[in-house]
Amino acid sequence: MSRIFVSGLGAVSPAGWNVSALREALNKGEPLPIQSLERPGWEKPLQTRLVPNPRSRPEFLTHPRLRRTSPITHYVVAAALEATAALRANGDPKFRLGLIVCLQSGCVNYSCRFYEETLKDPATASPLLFPETVYAAPASHLAAVLGNISLANSLVGDPAAFLQGLSLGAQWLEENRVDACLVIGAEETNWILADALWHLERPAILTAGAGALCLCRETEWSAGVELAAITDAHTYSTRKSRMQAARTMRGQLGKGSPEELLCDGIGGNSRADAPELAAWRDWTGPRLSPKRILGEGLMAAAAWQCVAACDAVAGGRFAATNVSLVGSNQQAMGARFVRADAGI
Amino acid sequence: MLFPTTSPLQTPRVVITGAGIVTALGWGWKSNAEGFRAGRTAFRPVSLFDASRQRAKNAAEVDLPAALPPTRLNAKQIARLDRAASMLLLATHEAWQQSGWEPGENLPFVLGTTAGGMSFGEAYFRQAIQKPRSHHHQPTRAVHYQPQVQARTILDAFGSSGPITIVSNACASGSNAIGHAWELIRHGHAKRVLTGGYDALTELVFSGFDALQALSTTICRPFDARRDGLALGEGAAIVALETLESARLRNAVILGELTGYGTAIDQHHLTQPHPKGDTTLLVMQQACATASVTPDDIDYVNAHGTGTVLNDSSEAVAISHWAGHRTETLPVSSTKASIGHLLGAAGAVEAVICLMTLREQWLPPELAFETPDPACNFPIVHKPQDARVNVVLSNSFGFGGVNASLIFRRWT
Repeated sequence: MSRIFVSGLGAVSPAGWNVSALREALNKGEPLPIQSLERPGWEKPLQTRLVPNPRSRPEFLTHPRLRRTSPITHYVVAAALEATAALRANGDPKFRLGLIVCLQSGCVNYSCRFYEETLKDPATASPLLFPETVYAAPASHLAAVLGNISLANSLVGDPAAFLQGLSLGAQWLEENRVDACLVIGAEETNWILADALWHLERPAILTAGAGALCLCRETEWSAGVELAAITDAHTYSTRKSRMQAARTMRGQLGKGSPEELLCDGIGGNSRADAPELAAWRDWTGPRLSPKRILGEGLMAAAAWQCVAACDAVAGGRFAATNVSLVGSNQQAMGARFVRADAGI
Repeated sequence: MLFPTTSPLQTPRVVITGAGIVTALGWGWKSNAEGFRAGRTAFRPVSLFDASRQRAKNAAEVDLPAALPPTRLNAKQIARLDRAASMLLLATHEAWQQSGWEPGENLPFVLGTTAGGMSFGEAYFRQAIQKPRSHHHQPTRAVHYQPQVQARTILDAFGSSGPITIVSNACASGSNAIGHAWELIRHGHAKRVLTGGYDALTELVFSGFDALQALSTTICRPFDARRDGLALGEGAAIVALETLESARLRNAVILGELTGYGTAIDQHHLTQPHPKGDTTLLVMQQACATASVTPDDIDYVNAHGTGTVLNDSSEAVAISHWAGHRTETLPVSSTKASIGHLLGAAGAVEAVICLMTLREQWLPPELAFETPDPACNFPIVHKPQDARVNVVLSNSFGFGGVNASLIFRRWT
């Protein structure tokens, strides 16, 4: 069994285009401002928290592969570049990087645009849009930008699938198939997605962005955080409710200590939150609930939870953090990060 | 726990004890084997949506049965299966029956798909813009559009549950799913895994390939010099993978052994392979290395062979480079000539076709193949033929550049 460390973090969120903006918003603890999102055919707009425009045009957008790409790819690339900044400074051309991009909704902007064009007249539907609709597009673009991705996977699932991605990244490292592995969760905002969320979980405010963890095997590349545990995937079924799955996940993750941080997925919707609240009812330590501040970012929100948990350890604020992910329709999973000696 | 884990002392061998297949040639092993062996084609004018304004007008549509096989699903759950999930259920049912597996609470399910429940997504979008004040069915569509929900339903149908992994590497998804399942077993994470791929024909996807002018307006002729594009199809395939030890303990019928897997990403272009097929070459070499075989040991290659100009020339270059002196005698064909490109299901369906060739000792022909592409130095199987087949390799490549190769060995 290898030890797996976190070598870097990256985040794009409604708080801004890096981890420090995310940290600042979470430390402040106040929900970010809400914007209106026009919903065709409705007088009343939907609500969202948009990712703000970056202060200046990111340098990476000059890459030829990123022409015409949709926001989700921009978020993925920005988070990845931030998470790998220290490793890329090494500049070893033989460095093998793995890439796992986790998505729940994926490339909805171009999917909607392309299908709308198809319904109007398929003869004029843009061939430039269609390739950008596939789940694998952000991973493909990022691989082209970074240039040293040797192994890549795009995984789809509910937000807890982000931890499946982390587990797969750890497996690739243990098998020595890669030297480091980026695991990214990302989503983008679109009225149809906000509309779907309105139908399924009305109080939730849709948001978007990306979160990235770069995993490594080498102590000297560690940012001071070690991956200590990922629970099994406790899948919901006719015989196992969301409530039961959340409890089993909690039981597997262990009791924890009141000095540790719990980074949970509570968003303020009593019905959706009930299983997770019940599972952690006896938790007496500090809690951080990024969704209360940022909104419902689906897979990106799951990634932000992990980024925030690792950042709290890396910054020396906690010796250990627990991440609880009780997904919307697939599974409950948990993870634990602990302090390690920082190498970079 | 998924992490940390301990690796098994000895890497287990992985065998296939169940296979289910649904294509436009029919449902089930028998009807598909008969069709592929004869090189039948299954294309017809598209009936699932209006294709009158598209360049291409044909596809390989599946005729679904009037009723699905009995499972543990209730009427409400069955009503929520779209076309894609229905095909997935059919394929899983066949694989499940054949494997003789009992229901279990920790059965990993690894699926490849590009579109999941896209038909629900399309219906949601159409209603949202055409009848914006109507909410009828919208919550159900928003949930059942998601592939992980469809996968949960399928596991429920067989009284099982377990971790679900959805791989979406475009048209390599099915092969990557099977490869990932193989790795789960080899690294001790599971003793048995249900895996495969599924995708249904949808208007968005058909229109997308048509907009790219990637669809053939004549007939799909992979590796033929006159090829003018791919044809779309739909379907599903599922295989039951387990350790050899587990299969032997149950006295299970073994359909074949999965011995090799390679995967990597081509960074050349979002939709075009590198002209020299560098990544294709790499994944075939990786698959051979893990299977401990050389091209000399391979008896048949089931090529990705979409029928597009760029894919087939790139793949042909890679196969020739990889096979070396074996190139001139290595039988290759693309079964997409019979059933079209099944996207996320393609790799899984082609894996089951490989098992057919190993079990029944024949090669699937491309009857429409006439004039080889200049880059094509290997013999294309173009008429029905029996053959000695012990080891086969299957290629799958996707938009975005992920390439995958699988190697299967005959079980005797």
